[in-house]
Amino acid sequence: MTEPLLRIDNVSKSFGANKVLDGITQSVMNNEVVCLIGASGSGKSTLLRCVNLLERINQGAIYLGGSLITGPNVNENLVRKHIGIVFQSYNLFPHMTVEKNVTLGPVKALGMSKAEAVGQARALLSRFGLAEKQHDFPDRLSGGQQQRVAIVRALAMRPRLLLLDEVTSALDPELVAEVLDVIRELAETGMTMIIATHEMGFAKEIADRVCFLEDGHIVESAPPAELFTDPEDERTRRFLRRIVDAGRM
Amino acid sequence: MVIALIALGLWLAPGSATVRHTFFNPADMWQSFIGDPKKGYYSVGSAIWLNIRMFVVAEVLILILSLVVAIVRLSAGPVMLPFRIVATVYVDVFRGIPTILVVYMLGFGLPALYLKVISTQSAAVYGVIALVLSYCAYVSEVYRAGINSVHRSQVMAARSLGLSGWTSMRHVILPQAIRNIIPPLLNDFISLQKDTALVSVLGAIEANRAAEIYSSAVFNYSSFVVAAILFLILTIPLARFTDRLIARDRARRLAGANQ
Repeated sequence: MTEPLLRIDNVSKSFGANKVLDGITQSVMNNEVVCLIGASGSGKSTLLRCVNLLERINQGAIYLGGSLITGPNVNENLVRKHIGIVFQSYNLFPHMTVEKNVTLGPVKALGMSKAEAVGQARALLSRFGLAEKQHDFPDRLSGGQQQRVAIVRALAMRPRLLLLDEVTSALDPELVAEVLDVIRELAETGMTMIIATHEMGFAKEIADRVCFLEDGHIVESAPPAELFTDPEDERTRRFLRRIVDAGRM
Repeated sequence: MVIALIALGLWLAPGSATVRHTFFNPADMWQSFIGDPKKGYYSVGSAIWLNIRMFVVAEVLILILSLVVAIVRLSAGPVMLPFRIVATVYVDVFRGIPTILVVYMLGFGLPALYLKVISTQSAAVYGVIALVLSYCAYVSEVYRAGINSVHRSQVMAARSLGLSGWTSMRHVILPQAIRNIIPPLLNDFISLQKDTALVSVLGAIEANRAAEIYSSAVFNYSSFVVAAILFLILTIPLARFTDRLIARDRARRLAGANQ
């Protein structure tokens, strides 16, 4: 049995009295694409932030490639170099050009030479159809373009694991496809990803496994074919029914 | 139109002729501007250079030191706690004391200590130290507000790339914070330019002091008007320069490629 790339072991997280994650246990294998679905507030985003150490967990442990990444003696900056995250609201640096956004991490955190980082940025940007935007500031780009830049920025760190936190939720509907295409391409190249999403159709298509979260628990975790067509848990069924009723699937 | 009416009103006031003579007498204005060493009048025109020098030195020191104070106040963790307390007490104290009292206390207090170096400086040096102490307290709060105005998501984005807290601060947070605070920062610096006149209480011959010496010798206040005009000539360009800086930054961000 091979060691999973990421192992989340009985993780809990509270904000004050509000328990957002309650004993989450889950593993992600290399090259696996896992989609997290569930209502807003179910804990999807918090789980991703805990994995990236942007939130400190209250209980449990997280392992990356077999080594513990939570706890007092962990170098968070080192861990984050291996785990990329893309946010719902892009969070590009507005005072930097697209190219600077993409090269900042590699140069300052990985110690890559400027020339190498720029070369890599150009290659990645043109791979995702952003070559002419290289010298633009983020304000000039559409939401879809900004989000693609944000993905490129995370990829420039050459992460072992990429976390995507509802990356299409802030986009106008006509801009969603271009971002999903990028994620599809990444999945094809074997990038290990955890994707929190409301796009059920997309989850169904791209995920190796789908986890349904409710009230900080993973209620059910199964390949999309099973989870979407024949869910075991009543709560999953109820959630999916609401999605279908809303015309979202 | 309004200004013209007010001017007309002042012109027609009963004491108008006297005021014009004592405040706007061209001969006295010119005389005080160029000074007269034989009669012991200092030139207000050259004395303003001392204001400019004090201002420039103080401004550079304030820009750097107040940032340090702001960062200390915003630091986290128990290790930094004593420093945070010191910084907070410092800001509270020096924001609360009128600048002129700080000038007095340092300007007369430090020389009275009879220490080497510390007690043997010129009035201008004590003045600059006093201005720096007083203004750093204000400006550090401007910085702090600026840093807080940068959205938390920017910090998260920077940290998520594996950047250290300090690298994130330097490359992501501060550049945005400083853009946001240029107008209030400028406001404080215009105020600082004017407050260099406070150093006159220590006897430094800067513009205000030179004007005072002239006016008490000839019983004419035109020299103060000269000093006022010179201060205006300093502050107005600074204001326009900042406007341009802001406009240029905005244009650059909204412009297309290769700017």
